[in-house]
Amino acid sequence: MNKAIDIIKSLFLIELLKGMSVTGRHMFKKKITVQYPEEKTPMSYRFRGLHALRRYPNGEERCIACKLCEAVCPALAITIDSEVREDGSRRTSRYDIDLTKCIFCGFCEEACPVDAIVETRVFEYHGEDKGDLYYTKDMLLANGDRMEESIARDRKLDAPYR
Amino acid sequence: MPEVILSLLEIFPDWLQVLLVALIKVVVIVAPLMLAVAYLTFAERKLIGYMQIRVGPNRVGPRGWLQPIADALKLLCKEIVIPAKSNKYLFILAPILAIAPSLAAWSVIPFTDTLVLSDINAGLLFILAMTSIGVYGIIIAGWASNSKYAFLSAMRASAQIVSYELAMGFALVTVLMAAGSLNLREIVLAQSGGITDWYMWPLFPMFIVYFISGVAETNRAPFDVAEGESEIVAGFHVEYSGMTFAVFFLAEYANMILIAMLTALMFLGGWMSPIGAFADTPILGDGIHWLLLKTSFVLFFFLWFRATFPRYRYDQIMRLGWKVFIPLTIIWIVVMGVAMFLTPWGHLFH
Repeated sequence: MNKAIDIIKSLFLIELLKGMSVTGRHMFKKKITVQYPEEKTPMSYRFRGLHALRRYPNGEERCIACKLCEAVCPALAITIDSEVREDGSRRTSRYDIDLTKCIFCGFCEEACPVDAIVETRVFEYHGEDKGDLYYTKDMLLANGDRMEESIARDRKLDAPYR
Repeated sequence: MPEVILSLLEIFPDWLQVLLVALIKVVVIVAPLMLAVAYLTFAERKLIGYMQIRVGPNRVGPRGWLQPIADALKLLCKEIVIPAKSNKYLFILAPILAIAPSLAAWSVIPFTDTLVLSDINAGLLFILAMTSIGVYGIIIAGWASNSKYAFLSAMRASAQIVSYELAMGFALVTVLMAAGSLNLREIVLAQSGGITDWYMWPLFPMFIVYFISGVAETNRAPFDVAEGESEIVAGFHVEYSGMTFAVFFLAEYANMILIAMLTALMFLGGWMSPIGAFADTPILGDGIHWLLLKTSFVLFFFLWFRATFPRYRYDQIMRLGWKVFIPLTIIWIVVMGVAMFLTPWGHLFH
């Protein structure tokens, strides 16, 4: 008996018509596409995008060349050389991040004891030549200087959860 | 308009006149067809997008209306890569063999009572012949590519098209029985009188069988195992690029429009107005716009199917073709023949 019902069902294309009614209804639904360059989805303050090196308010760079970020980096994207500066403090002489290697896991940020290396919300950047995405210390510091305001705001928002 | 062109051509010698007239006829049919193919791809992408709650292409030109033009230009400019170990002559010949029959079939399509390139008596046979020759393009493409995916796809396509050709042919036999003619124009004229006189009502099961076989014939979803991008990459055109690929693409969509238009001609009353009483009024009455409208309506179902159904398994396709459609059509032919000639209900089919 069940088999007979199945045969009649398939002969009259019942299931297929049900499927088509679903897609047919969806055709008139409101579209959920975000028109990207004009519209953007909301972004978390924990977003991990372009890297930046921060400074203290007095202008001194935070990084103390402990190399924890270099050690923790799973993609081996960070290269650090250090030296003792004239005033006796330990600083980096070289701090490079190869963004083509970076997987944006955020471990460098987590590892940093002085909140020097951070990831910003910026994700719309590009390179037009080979090597354009190899960020040196100067470029990273410049990123930090340019975006310090938003970086500080995002860290403050996240602070209660740390 | 035609007289003006003919008088303009009189400056040429006779043999050239004949050639030019034939050429103009070809262009008049093929140029709108190519445009229709281009915008069918656009309609497809938009429609499937809408059914998936997306908006589809909307960046090139206003609301994306120039997208098909951009696609065509891109394909024209791309390099044609010929695989080193392929059979080069067949490789180039295959797309030509695929598109030529699907364009040739258009020569017997009656667009209105008077507007038809060649009004031949065996028009339907000619169309059946042409649509089946199209499969040679696919088989040769699969063979010449010398690639396992292309070869698998060629075998799938040939078996599938042979199977569904039978069901399709049998379904059309019922139309022939009802109309008593092989001439497409006369088949349409036999359906005059309004929506109730169209063959889709007395032959409704055959209408469905014909349409589903048509979808299978053109290798469209859910019968697109010949393409089967998730199983055999892209099937027979996996090695094709640039213009050679575009020609396959054109052939597939031209075939789709052809099947849709045949459905409109044979089951939906062709250029006839759905309301018989208005047959002679300008807009609501008979005319090519009704044929185009009905064709678009059928094409909409092609796209709707593609947005709805997952691909059939190959053995299911064969089962549907051989064990469902062919017995169903044969039984229908017998029942209809008996009803027409031995019982008083024969008028139902006229």
